[in-house]
Amino acid sequence: MGHTAGVTAAPPTPPGPPAGIDELIERLGAAGYLCDRRLATVIFVALRIGKPLFLEGEAGVGKTEAALAMAGVLGARLIRLQCYEGIDLAHAAYEWNYARQLLHIRLLGEADTGARARAERDLFSEEFLLRRPLLDAIDNRDEVAPVLLIDEIDRSDEEFEAFLLEVLNDFTISIPELGTVRARRRPLVVVTGNRTREVHDALKRRCLYHWIDYPDLEREVAIVRVRAPEVGERLARQVTGVVQELRGMDLYKLPGVAETVDWARAVAVLAEDGSNADATLLDATMGAALKYQEDLDRVRAALPDLVSARPPTP
Amino acid sequence: MTGPLPAVDPLARLALFARLLRDCGLRTTPRRLTDAALALECIDMRLRSDVRAVLGGVFVSRREELAVFDAAFDVFFASPDPRRTAGAIPRRTRGLPLDPRAAAFWKDALGMPASQLPRVEDESTPVQSSGYSAQELLRRRDFSEMSWEEEQQIRRLLRQAPWRVAQRRTRRLEPARRGALNMRRTLRRAAREGGEPLRLARSRPRRHRRPLVLICDVSGSMDRVSRQLLAFAHAVGRRERVETFVFSTRLTRVTHLLRRRDIDEALAQTARQVHDIGGGTRIGEALWRFNRDHARRVLGHGAVVLVLSDGWDRGDVDLLTGEMARLHRLSHRLIWLNPLLGSASYSPQTRGMAAALPHVDDFLAAHNLEALDELGRRLAALPERRRRVEPGSAVSGADAGRAGA
Repeated sequence: MGHTAGVTAAPPTPPGPPAGIDELIERLGAAGYLCDRRLATVIFVALRIGKPLFLEGEAGVGKTEAALAMAGVLGARLIRLQCYEGIDLAHAAYEWNYARQLLHIRLLGEADTGARARAERDLFSEEFLLRRPLLDAIDNRDEVAPVLLIDEIDRSDEEFEAFLLEVLNDFTISIPELGTVRARRRPLVVVTGNRTREVHDALKRRCLYHWIDYPDLEREVAIVRVRAPEVGERLARQVTGVVQELRGMDLYKLPGVAETVDWARAVAVLAEDGSNADATLLDATMGAALKYQEDLDRVRAALPDLVSARPPTP
Repeated sequence: MTGPLPAVDPLARLALFARLLRDCGLRTTPRRLTDAALALECIDMRLRSDVRAVLGGVFVSRREELAVFDAAFDVFFASPDPRRTAGAIPRRTRGLPLDPRAAAFWKDALGMPASQLPRVEDESTPVQSSGYSAQELLRRRDFSEMSWEEEQQIRRLLRQAPWRVAQRRTRRLEPARRGALNMRRTLRRAAREGGEPLRLARSRPRRHRRPLVLICDVSGSMDRVSRQLLAFAHAVGRRERVETFVFSTRLTRVTHLLRRRDIDEALAQTARQVHDIGGGTRIGEALWRFNRDHARRVLGHGAVVLVLSDGWDRGDVDLLTGEMARLHRLSHRLIWLNPLLGSASYSPQTRGMAAALPHVDDFLAAHNLEALDELGRRLAALPERRRRVEPGSAVSGADAGRAGA
């Protein structure tokens, strides 16, 4: 039966769960995800005690990436459920394949009553079930328990949250026609949100909670260097320094880590010797980090100060 | 004693820590306690930072709680420091939001001299009725200052009000004549009837009315209007789900008081039981109380929140801003009613009003019957979808401004 979710191929030999927090940090780092110890500790414990993880933070601080990296670290399949307004059971958990069911009934034609009764039973069997991400994650047959990413939960409606609560409570989904499906291997569940609305406490209570902040200068520079190896240390430091200043400003949309990386890349392309960013270059490439006209205007005015206030450290 | 607590049974210690967190306003259910115990098993408990991370993951469920948690953690798990016994105390700037009684208890329990306990008052986390209650104007105002005619008008209007609060869709479906095709039922019928789907079964989402939550300013500058709105709440409460709170210097839930059939009795009862009617205004603190103690329970099911106040705030503006933002995120729609909006010359310049406006979906007048009627029409026609709040932006949609004035 085809999986509808995004699937990453698992390596032939799963590397097994990390033995300690330090090992987890190291392995996440090797997967290109640099996180602080507090986050690593919470992930580690979530893995150990089998609790879902609730990651909140501004856009672009690496909530989704944390789940992707964990799938890589564990050698697990990543199953992703992107939430949106109006998402319902049929999109999230399962749906019956009505077209095939209809066909099945037609083929039966004029069969005798006994066969028809049997067919009615068959009609709602696994054969006709379309598995969506949640059911896929609960009813997995993987060697390594998959990672289930429930992305941007705050976009879904409260009704959906209530349903999710049932699922995360005991890792079961009940399908009226089939009975209760229970997880053999509990997936590592990562729920993310960026607080466009408050998620219900009951859901949070089922999870370990962590607020991901913007990384500090050193970590963000390191992240830029990992994600964009072509950007030199000096340039990465300059751009990151400016971004960190911007986050203290009163902007509509603060740049996330992904924006820092994009901006550093953009500057590196234009910089003549590829190692130094001046105000002109930053100005020309600012659209990589800022996406609102008002923000661009504000920053453009402040940019010379931001750059000169921060002498480049080679 | 070397540590703040004798190293007793770690579970008992954990439970005591949970109690401190609870006194600080965090949620500590038995289940969380179990989780914390399980989680601590997996890590090396000698590493304080890891213990902090783990307990934080379990007990914190909002960003705002993080600072309180960290402060409580610092106090409770303060490492035995020889300098401390010598009297050199590391300065703690963040306070714990404990009320005085709890603070006294913890002073004893943690075995610290008073000077070592963090300051109890903190601007971001106000203490219940501390200090200000002395200045509280404990006047009991009689509500019956409104003319008889006006009262009758209100009642007639509210009884006949042609609107009901808008409905919301629930997740469950119910059979219906029109609506989306219900393939499950259609097919089951078809199978029974020989494979031909002759009759199509349809269903649509079941609908429920949204609950209303009214938070009503009864301070000195507001009492004439708030009486009208309480009468409004009383009348509407007969057919809708309404939770009512009043505040001036502190917040009181009056839902049960307004449940009496007779409106005069209900209002008299409210006046008797709410002691700070006609006092000063601390909107931020009232909303903080609401968000902390009541929001969880009354704001489910897509509730619509009505705040009635003129915005004359004597409290902390930063607190008001933060709590309004939070209330906005918690409610399906947040409507601010301001009686002053009725006068043409008014513009929302007061500090409190200016702070609150960015977090308000509708800003409506509430100075006369017409305004209340307009409010009713609004409530009946609420869109199904929530207004989208831009994540991380300071400005949201208050530009709708003075609609319905």
